[in-house]
Amino acid sequence: MKTGFRTCPATSLKVHAQADALIKANAVVATVMLLVGGIAAILVLLTRWQAVHLLDATWFYRVLTIHGMNMLIFFILFFEMAVLYFAGPVLLNSRVPAPKLAWSSFALMVAGMLLIQYTMWAGKADVLFTSYVPLRADPNFYLGVILFAVGALLTVTLFFASLVVARNEKTYEGSMPLVTFGALTAAIIAVITLGHGAAIYIPTWLWSLGVMNVDAQVYRMVWWGLGHSSQQINVAAMVSVWYLLGALTVGAVVLNEKVSRTAFVLYVLFISMASAHHLLVDPGMGSAWKIWNTSYFMYMAVLASMIHGFTVPGGIETGMRIRGYTKGAFEWLRKAPWGDPGFSSLMFSIVIFGFLGGITGVTFGTEQINIIAHNTLRIPGHFHSTVVGGTALAFMGVTYYVIPLIFRKKVAFWGLAKIQPYLFAIGMTIFSMAMTFAGSFGVPRRHQDISFANAPFDVQFSPAVDLVMGIMALGGLVAALGGGIYILVTVWSVFFGEPMDDREVEYVEIRPASGADQPTASAVL
Amino acid sequence: MHTGIESPKGVWWKPVHRSEKIWITLAFGWCLVLFAMMPFWHLKGGQNASGIRHRVEPQAFLERAEEFIRAYQVGEDAGFPVVEPPVGSDIYLVARMWNWSPVLRLKRGAQYTLHLSSLDVNHGFSLFPLNVNIQVVPGYDYGLRVTPSEAGDFRVVCNEFCGVNHHNMVGRVIVIDEAVAAGGPDSGAANPGGGR
Repeated sequence: MKTGFRTCPATSLKVHAQADALIKANAVVATVMLLVGGIAAILVLLTRWQAVHLLDATWFYRVLTIHGMNMLIFFILFFEMAVLYFAGPVLLNSRVPAPKLAWSSFALMVAGMLLIQYTMWAGKADVLFTSYVPLRADPNFYLGVILFAVGALLTVTLFFASLVVARNEKTYEGSMPLVTFGALTAAIIAVITLGHGAAIYIPTWLWSLGVMNVDAQVYRMVWWGLGHSSQQINVAAMVSVWYLLGALTVGAVVLNEKVSRTAFVLYVLFISMASAHHLLVDPGMGSAWKIWNTSYFMYMAVLASMIHGFTVPGGIETGMRIRGYTKGAFEWLRKAPWGDPGFSSLMFSIVIFGFLGGITGVTFGTEQINIIAHNTLRIPGHFHSTVVGGTALAFMGVTYYVIPLIFRKKVAFWGLAKIQPYLFAIGMTIFSMAMTFAGSFGVPRRHQDISFANAPFDVQFSPAVDLVMGIMALGGLVAALGGGIYILVTVWSVFFGEPMDDREVEYVEIRPASGADQPTASAVL
Repeated sequence: MHTGIESPKGVWWKPVHRSEKIWITLAFGWCLVLFAMMPFWHLKGGQNASGIRHRVEPQAFLERAEEFIRAYQVGEDAGFPVVEPPVGSDIYLVARMWNWSPVLRLKRGAQYTLHLSSLDVNHGFSLFPLNVNIQVVPGYDYGLRVTPSEAGDFRVVCNEFCGVNHHNMVGRVIVIDEAVAAGGPDSGAANPGGGR
């Protein structure tokens, strides 16, 4: 196993050989998952577009399960593991503690993922992403989720360990960078999330083996402690990537560490409340429970996002002004590097997440609007603008820096890479807005046939629905094209790309700074 | 000034710039407005999912529903019993893979208590074309007070995935425009169940 450090020529950060290797492994698996999930996305889209209506019912629900798991769990989480190895060891000039354990946790995640893939493709787990009990999947499906979650939890624990190691070995001066702090909040939320995951998937696995019973309503409550909180990992990770991309693309500054860090802490404290809004029209909870949990604290997490929505663009503006773009109110924006896919991804991610995702999400969290939105297409309309237009796009943007900085390869097809964020962002905006409109006509989500050809009673949607669904398909295909270009560019660059320089990357052993052999309690804190 | 990937040195707990203060104050104020709206609309608004909630064994719920169907059945439609219950009564709609039973014939302006539950897995009650959506969970009886305010021919679409024939699960509710003698209790008032 390679050890030692190389010095990054662009950032002069000291990069540990194992950090390099683990980031590469996680990023490559994430991209493969994105490809599988993306193909599933196109199949789902072409079925919901009634003019094509591609898949039969069995395969539609199967592929929809595959789409959800590959995108929302595998792609996002493998990528986030890479983000953790970057935000921890790399940004802190530190080593990966316990690299063997790191590789074991990666192997565990891959094993869990393969087990889930097998059950899904074999038709043993047609239960969709939420797998609501008592709809039953093969026990190995739940076991796969447990293995995957344990692997993710181990990686998160190693991230915490890397912070302690870096502190002890004095690999950096002062406080940890803001991006690392943001990743730390994402990791803390991940622990909360995976705790809920254990609390629900272990009983569910035992239920599938016939050992115990799981109440359908209790499942929904605890599952959403996993299902929604996991989206908050994405939010915290995405906002960290915003700060990261701002720094890498235009040298964006942190306006005020106190404000940005406090906003991240608000995520940790209040975000789990957002889970309750999934249960606003459920029979198991009373109105007082619903109103308390969805209104009181959830808005403090909303406040956090609103703060970042100000400080990230504000930091970009200040960074540009420092570089001399001071004419008028908007020269900093006009002269920004719009041809840098990292920068355009960042800006689109902020706008799509903030406006489309944020506004729909907050409004659906109210009782009155939830009752007209619950389980309609408005819901996927919302989360495709948060987690796809927001998180996935930010992750795509940062990939254009991961390729040269970590893989040490030039980004291939630069012309295509430049337009990729535009295609993806515009397509995803049209797609999620059309979904939202269709949902407001009452079009259900997760539905194979809204012509109701074989139903006992006919349902005639407004003719506008056909139009809106057509627009949705168009937007979705444009976004899929953008996603396809992303995969082409990244895979080509990584495997067949031109190296950044001819020299072989050399890793040099660096002795830890003095004081490393006598860690003190204060050093840990 | 430093970027988000550089370690801030020394004390970074510094006073906040005026522009940030203004923004945070505005954002916090907006959050307070949102917070106040939740209870406000619950008390003032006309479409809340508050209702009578009980645990119920699926078998017990089925028995109650079958008794209800036997007592008030007036016909048959597409293989499902059509039931016209008296004004003000408890009415039942059973969800199971993959149908809604019975077909309900209700009177405009009358109040009913609609009991929803499932015999097997989660289902979604989505009243078309009104677009009112309620989660139907096995083991739980959701009693919603409804007052149909419009006559018409409505559909109940299942909008929670419930298996391979999920998309064929459609039920029917008919609201007839017939003068209701005394009116149900609270008829014409807010209709908390959302069904109109």
